[in-house]
Amino acid sequence: MIEIIPGDPASFMLGINAEPDTVHALKKELGLDVSKFERYYNWITGMFIGDFGVSYTYRVPVSELVMARIGVSVPLALYAIFLSTLIAIPIGIFSASNHGSFKDWSFMGFTQLGIAIPNFWFAMVLVLIFSIYLKWFSAGGIPGWDKGFLINLKALTLPAFALALPQASILARIMRSALIETLSQDYFRTARASGLTFFQAVEKHAFRNALIPVLTIIGLQFSFLIAGAIIIENVFFLPGIGRLIFQGIIQRDLIVVESVVMLLVFSVIIVNFLVDMAYLYVDPRLRVKK
Amino acid sequence: MKILKPLLTILLTGMLLSPLYAEKNSVVIGMQLEPPNLDPTGGAAAAIDEVVYSNVYEGLTRFRADGSVTPGLAKSWTVSEDGLVYTFKLQENVKFHNGNDFDASDVKFSIDRARDENSTNAQKGLFKSISSVDVVNSSVVKITLSNPNGGFIRNLAWGDAIILDPETVDSAASEPNGTGPFKFSKWIKGDRVELVKNNDYWGEAIYLEKASFKFISDPTAAFAALMAGDVDAFPVYPAPETLAQFEADPNFNVIVGSTEGETILSTNNKSEKLKDVRIRKAIAHAINRQAIVDGAMFGFGTPIGTHFAPHHPDYVDLTSQSNYDPEKSKALLSEAGASAGLTLSLKLPPPSYARRGGEIIASQLREVGIETKIENLEWAQWLEQVFKGKDYDLTIVSHTEPMDIGIYGNPNYYFQYDSQEFRNLMDALNLETNNQERSKILQNAQKLIADDYVNGYLFQLAKTGVANSKLIGLWENSPTQANDLTGVSWSN
Repeated sequence: MIEIIPGDPASFMLGINAEPDTVHALKKELGLDVSKFERYYNWITGMFIGDFGVSYTYRVPVSELVMARIGVSVPLALYAIFLSTLIAIPIGIFSASNHGSFKDWSFMGFTQLGIAIPNFWFAMVLVLIFSIYLKWFSAGGIPGWDKGFLINLKALTLPAFALALPQASILARIMRSALIETLSQDYFRTARASGLTFFQAVEKHAFRNALIPVLTIIGLQFSFLIAGAIIIENVFFLPGIGRLIFQGIIQRDLIVVESVVMLLVFSVIIVNFLVDMAYLYVDPRLRVKK
Repeated sequence: MKILKPLLTILLTGMLLSPLYAEKNSVVIGMQLEPPNLDPTGGAAAAIDEVVYSNVYEGLTRFRADGSVTPGLAKSWTVSEDGLVYTFKLQENVKFHNGNDFDASDVKFSIDRARDENSTNAQKGLFKSISSVDVVNSSVVKITLSNPNGGFIRNLAWGDAIILDPETVDSAASEPNGTGPFKFSKWIKGDRVELVKNNDYWGEAIYLEKASFKFISDPTAAFAALMAGDVDAFPVYPAPETLAQFEADPNFNVIVGSTEGETILSTNNKSEKLKDVRIRKAIAHAINRQAIVDGAMFGFGTPIGTHFAPHHPDYVDLTSQSNYDPEKSKALLSEAGASAGLTLSLKLPPPSYARRGGEIIASQLREVGIETKIENLEWAQWLEQVFKGKDYDLTIVSHTEPMDIGIYGNPNYYFQYDSQEFRNLMDALNLETNNQERSKILQNAQKLIADDYVNGYLFQLAKTGVANSKLIGLWENSPTQANDLTGVSWSN
């Protein structure tokens, strides 16, 4: 379908001084002179053997482009999930245990703010404070994984924080309500009655039971972070998957767009599968065969 | 949970201690657009030349910062009496980066490839007048033209005319192999291209050991990257609204230069509504050029009255011929029978000069009673609808190729200006080799398109760059789109 939208990569590349026969020559070279159906057929059959074709504009295999971008997007998404979980779970537990108190309300107020603040704006504030004013971090970009682990992790810190803030806010609220639910259960009261302190009881009995909805949300967030980080990638000029799609659309490098979308579909399926597996881990009751 | 705390402490201290960027003989240049590939003979994208021109690749001749053309791989040349035979004496002991020797056969190969029938060179017109390229001996090449071409030496200085190694031509798009002072090192797609010094360079040694081109598309991010020191210079800086801040900061230099970009309100001369010259003239008088420069370009740019660069010696100032005069504009409209109101489509490509300028022009046209329907297009759509399909009334584009007045001689070009008189002038220009006569013809051509009000001539695009104040030797003007780093160094 995407192949049919107007505009063609050959005229995009050659610009406004090119002669018509030059555009034809380039189209031929790129394999764009065959019919749309034939191109679609070639692409589909190629994909089954792991061949996504060659990018029209970069002239390198799409798989090579995508692999390089995954090296940025996946670590960034994992880092953001790590940070958001790290922030969200303590807040969720704290708020739930102080349910209805002033502390609970103020924390929930903060998470509301975290959801309301657009993350690109938050990202710019981070850059302003930590890159321009304090000069602790660089304003963006990534040195490349061959330069060492820490230097790259450092480069991803601000973008990961910017991505994690709204995610952490959502997660904290989910954690809180799930925990409040389990705290009112009979088994929790029994646990307290048997002499466990409040936090022991939460750790041993309530936490795991509250995890199921939290895991669901983390799974959804991960898929979103892989593909949806495009604005943050722009603010920090990171070469991630989101920008690859964006550039592909602008330059009419449609073979890249199609292939990345297919890969994203696969990755969502895989993440959902992993989340399902994680349910089984946290809740032994689900392991019983029906 | 217990292991988390020490782990985090180690990570955080490690990150804070690792250095930012601390090399002194290297430079990081910021660019807004990433090149699609690195072969200047296979695409029109300015970003390709901005990375490789005279850094990695060289041609027989080359542009200098002031717009003059000087010898490159050709040491010297002679032209026959009739202006048809150019004999080039080549530099000797020149090697490509992969170690192959450069000689006359490479020149023949590269130029024949560019003018070949199946060539994908975006500026094939540059080579049109060539009838044959012959190798005389390993260091002498003879190029024969079918008709005299006074601009031929200049044509050879374009990035599209660089000399390639025939052996590596297939990988030129991703791994350029040239003769220049920098060697290609690596390209992290979406992020940066890295070049390193070529120690076997035939010409004058350069100062820099390493140069990186970093691609930052977002204007705000470009600002942050300069401020944080991630890039040392942004030669074509995309956020003019923050230039005042850089001007006030002693750590930065703001570099304002000229470009070859004539920004015009391109007009579809075959459109039913616009084929009457009086209407086009009315539009020209309805436009307040300085207001557009101030409003859309933050004051950077020079108003023009024809399609020619004001810094060129042959430029004729014709701005008074389309001065801002709304009353005259209204009178012309009623004379042409269009005072009852005219609605025109105004299709705008993505650059900010077009989007911001378009809104200002729309309001200026409304003052005289012309309504416009603004439509924002992506580049690919613009090329399809406006450039190829000619389905538009007005659009705004900057024509950045040097000396491109010749486009008015093509009646099928997107503004569809069909004038035998102009074509005669261009034919005469191509045959003329006397410089004085050439100037005269060029001036007449400028006057002719101004008289015919082919397009609304708006302003010459300025080049506004920002650089670390210790970085010296960057090009101020841009006679061709390039970031020539051969003369760049750090002062102490």
